Amino acid sequence: MLENIRLSFKGIWSHKMRSFLTMLGIIIGIAAIIAIVSTIKGTNEQIKENIVGSGDNTVDIALYQGDWMYEMGYEGIPAGVPVINDDIVEELKDIPNVKNVSLYLSRQDYAVYYLNTALSGGYVMGVDENYFSTCNFIIQKGRGFTKEDYTKYHKVALLDPDSEEALFQGEDAIGKTIEIKSEPYIVIGIVDKAQEFEPVINSLEDYYTYAEDSTGKVYIPDSTWPIVYQFDEPQNVVLQVESTDDMTNAGKDGAAILNAYLQVSDETIKYRAEDLLEQAKKIQQLSESTNSMLIWIAGISLIVGGIGVMNIMLVSVTERTQEIGLKKAIGARKSNILGQFLTEAAVLTSLGGIFGVLTGIGLAEIISKVTDMPVAISVPAAVASVAFSMIIGVVFGMLPSYKAANLDPIEALRRE
Amino acid sequence: MILDLKHIFKDYQQDKLVVPVLKDINLQVEEGEYVAIMGPSGSGKTTLMNIIGCLDKPTTGEFYLEGNDILKLKDRELSGVRLNSIGFVFQSFHLMPRESALENVALPLSYAGVKKKERKERALRALERVGLGERATFMPTQLSGGQKQRVAIARAMVNNPKILLADEPTGALDSKSGAQIMELFQRLNEEGVTIVMITHDANIANHAKRIYHIIDGEISEETREEEHHEEV
Repeated sequence: MLENIRLSFKGIWSHKMRSFLTMLGIIIGIAAIIAIVSTIKGTNEQIKENIVGSGDNTVDIALYQGDWMYEMGYEGIPAGVPVINDDIVEELKDIPNVKNVSLYLSRQDYAVYYLNTALSGGYVMGVDENYFSTCNFIIQKGRGFTKEDYTKYHKVALLDPDSEEALFQGEDAIGKTIEIKSEPYIVIGIVDKAQEFEPVINSLEDYYTYAEDSTGKVYIPDSTWPIVYQFDEPQNVVLQVESTDDMTNAGKDGAAILNAYLQVSDETIKYRAEDLLEQAKKIQQLSESTNSMLIWIAGISLIVGGIGVMNIMLVSVTERTQEIGLKKAIGARKSNILGQFLTEAAVLTSLGGIFGVLTGIGLAEIISKVTDMPVAISVPAAVASVAFSMIIGVVFGMLPSYKAANLDPIEALRRE
Repeated sequence: MILDLKHIFKDYQQDKLVVPVLKDINLQVEEGEYVAIMGPSGSGKTTLMNIIGCLDKPTTGEFYLEGNDILKLKDRELSGVRLNSIGFVFQSFHLMPRESALENVALPLSYAGVKKKERKERALRALERVGLGERATFMPTQLSGGQKQRVAIARAMVNNPKILLADEPTGALDSKSGAQIMELFQRLNEEGVTIVMITHDANIANHAKRIYHIIDGEISEETREEEHHEEV
């Protein structure tokens, strides 16, 4: 086998030009496929990043009623939704790959004011002590919540940049008093995501998909929540997981744990994890289906390339009739000859595949430079391409190899 | 008896015409003999050699090689016979042009499934046997005609076959190289190799201990006494 491979390389090297031209079909086909796959993968990673965000890895598990998030403002406290106590939190922490668990309460509220300016459509969030670390927030200005704020029910609030802008419009917010449902809260700081993430938007379609209407959030210690709202409102959970790919499973497990404690009469009320990965996949599928057509077209060029290989191999068999005759005379079996020519075809097309992958990567880089489209090289696709071109070699080398193996040695030796 | 051919007939089909090439060939060769088969071109001597070399099958007849009924063997088994029992030497050498002398000689060993290291050793020994040990790395284009033929002989001998089958081994060589090849054959024969040589050249045939003449597909053995008289 090794001997055959050595011989194949020798043969290919001694006919450099011809071998290259023979490989060209395979090279073009593989290059096209690699370029397309890289573009698809690049776009997909972009989609995933846009939706999931980068490096955040948090999953929200919220209470839903049917398809909508449970709306406290309209529905009131639902019967049978228990408070999430420390035991349940421990249970959530035991989910594989979960690093942090945090609880929060949330309501959309139109009654948040600074003087006469309203934060219309903003959210008030009652958060526990480790919410900001779980969600990767940092204090931009001022200070964060202290233990005392929780234990002594300090009416203090943190704003995110959106609500800061909406309420204060450039004015310094720290130390100012805002009203939440007529309760005065002192703004002690501004919080924001540690990693600022802006979705990459290439088209109007992307804009509709990714751009959030940021109306701003106001954070207060969850211990002060009943001052403004009610006791025992249903809580939501944030899980921080190890990696983006753990999000779906951890979210599902978390929702299942919480649902096990529910004793609701309304069957439609359930905890549900916001599955960003699932959303990303749906959008990815859309972009993939259009591109998979292109892969089929590129596949045709591989078949054409294979036929080219077969053609040249047939010529090569005729050319090397004497060699084949001699090898048979000195004791080569049919299978030896068959193996030699099949190996040669497979080596030829595998080389073509390797060159094709390299060309494809180059092509993908050029596409990304010229059109600003994101590309990502897929290693499995590259490996599969080379393997596939090898198979093409074997398949299309079959006919010439059989012809060689079945040559009559007398006829073959006679040709001098 | 190493070669035993009985009543061998061979016909070729040419369009609708049946052309008889070999007619009732009987040929017996003992182990260690040195036999020449002489005949002009078109006499059927190459066809006979192809049959002896297990490359071709007669139309009718019996053929035993080392006691084996060759005509009953399958294609695969015939390859084995060619690999292990017969060494071929051709007029035009038939060396692989892109392989070194050593690689050319080692070729049959790879079909015999010999390991790489041993292949190299045995090929080198075979080259030394024909006096080309120091040219092992030379390519065929760097060798003279006589040296090429010696490489071909080394290749034929590398598997230690019982029979060396030579088709016009000196046909493409000048007389000096030809004489060297004949010397080499002589020596191999003395070492116990059975040699069957096909030629149209009486001087070459005279190196053999027994000579068969083949004319128009019919074979006859020449007796040494006859030859002696002619020379006198």
